[in-house]
Amino acid sequence: MPTTRTDRLEIRSSDDVVRVRQQARTMAVAAGLSLVDQTKIITAASELARNTLDYGGGGAVRMEVVEETGRRGLRIVFEDRGPGIADVEQAMRDGFTSGSGLGLGLGGAKRLSNEFKIESALGSGTKISITRWKT
Amino acid sequence: MDRIPILKLGSALLVTVQVDMHDRLATALEEDLTSKIVAFGAKGVLIDISALEIVDSFIGRMLDNIAAVSRILDADTVVVGMRPAVAITLVELGLSLSGVKTALNVERGMALIQRRLEEFDADDED
Repeated sequence: MPTTRTDRLEIRSSDDVVRVRQQARTMAVAAGLSLVDQTKIITAASELARNTLDYGGGGAVRMEVVEETGRRGLRIVFEDRGPGIADVEQAMRDGFTSGSGLGLGLGGAKRLSNEFKIESALGSGTKISITRWKT
Repeated sequence: MDRIPILKLGSALLVTVQVDMHDRLATALEEDLTSKIVAFGAKGVLIDISALEIVDSFIGRMLDNIAAVSRILDADTVVVGMRPAVAITLVELGLSLSGVKTALNVERGMALIQRRLEEFDADDED
């Protein structure tokens, strides 16, 4: 029986971003995703892990192989207790950045996922959940 | 701190990225390449990314930066060996790497740089 759920992985440094990518890969394989789907969700996870680190002041990630209505996929949830996002709609737009990045992280991660949910509150942090289904 | 090795190949530099790069390693590569281009008077930089399973916006930006800086220092950058799944993902992410020349493999990338060198030599004879 393959692992279907991972422990919380802390994101505190850029080495942790690499760890998130490696774990996402293991889990994407466990979920039976195709090579292109694996690449997409690992890339999305890398973008969001870096956002968690750079903008959320660090945080944590959990991954889970999910089965819903006969579908199987990988869900990855990022959480931080950072400053939160003032205007989520603006933050999702390509090219918008409050830091020094390219501003592709959120919009790009959304395009690379089948499902994308974001909850953010000023002063209390951000939670982002992405899912890629097996096609 | 670990570094990605840079090999001299005629008048070009060859970088084979074989590990999943953390951000500091990518930044160090950018700096190392810039100083080696100047030190060797290199006319071309080949970056082989065939071992990379993903290219995210950070690494994409590094490739773009390397190409832009090399151009200013009169060297051509060719990124070779990108996996098909990586190419599909990059475009969907929103990165087209428009400033970077690409080739399917090291041989073709080398040929691209060689062609430019020949044009360069021909200009010299005028």
